[in-house]
Amino acid sequence: MNGLIDSLGPHAGFILASYGSAALILTGLTLAALRDHAAQKRALDALERRGAGRQPGGKAR
Amino acid sequence: MASLIDLANPTRFMRLSAALLPWFAAAAAVFLAVGLYLAWFVAPADYQQGETIRIMFIHVPAAWLAMMFYSMMAVSAFGTLVWRHPLADVAQKAAAPIGACFALVCLITGALWGKPMWGTYWVWDARLTSVLVLLLIYLGIIALWRVLDEPLRAARAVAILTLVGFVNVPIIKFSVDWWNTLHQPASVLRMGGPTIHPSMLWPLLILAIGFTLFALALHMLGMRAEIMRRRVRTLTILEAERLDRLAAQGAAA
Repeated sequence: MNGLIDSLGPHAGFILASYGSAALILTGLTLAALRDHAAQKRALDALERRGAGRQPGGKAR
Repeated sequence: MASLIDLANPTRFMRLSAALLPWFAAAAAVFLAVGLYLAWFVAPADYQQGETIRIMFIHVPAAWLAMMFYSMMAVSAFGTLVWRHPLADVAQKAAAPIGACFALVCLITGALWGKPMWGTYWVWDARLTSVLVLLLIYLGIIALWRVLDEPLRAARAVAILTLVGFVNVPIIKFSVDWWNTLHQPASVLRMGGPTIHPSMLWPLLILAIGFTLFALALHMLGMRAEIMRRRVRTLTILEAERLDRLAAQGAAA
């Protein structure tokens, strides 16, 4: 690891900070998207289990 | 055109995206892994910029995707206003946070590249300022989606703002030609072909494909979540109406 950092020369901090910040932002975006998808799926499943879309006659809307 | 619109209905989209999403995610992982390996271990240092050239491999795809997602949003905005297509505003809403994140990555990596090369993190020149404006437009669009509760009303307001903001995209692209800026002119997407050496161009293109597949996978995931959110909203209203009716019948009895 130290060898890799040394090979990046005097600006290693800028290069690593660039990749680190990009990884942080894109990981955060991915986690937020996955969490939102899971939350909506849970909510939809719960509503469908309760028959929320059914009319009194039993027909689904 | 009619068959294309028929194909893009929410139910078909949910089925198709469920099948495509794992493939997009897997392909993105492969392209990103190969691209990062080439960018770090195969591509040489630049004769002028040294090792800092490695920042280019994430900065440039991030800039492309920030503009590509805004262009996709402008097409969707057109679909919302002209055809009132149900998937158009879903696509537009799901694209905004992705485009905003890539614009932010572009600005941060650009600043971190600028400091060692130009001696400053930031200058108010045309390219840098127009990308900052792009990020602010993205944030304005995300905020507008949040303040308007009714999805169809919000979609029309956002579509108008998106189309007005689209004027900024050609400004970003041609700012380096129209004005004197600290930023270098285009070296890949230009008339006469790329000026970058293939040893750097290939890792850049492979990473650009990887980031594009990753962003499209996220976009599909976001669209799926938005379709489900709207279904949840409709079912919640229907359930509340049903419970109101039952309560009224109970009171009458």
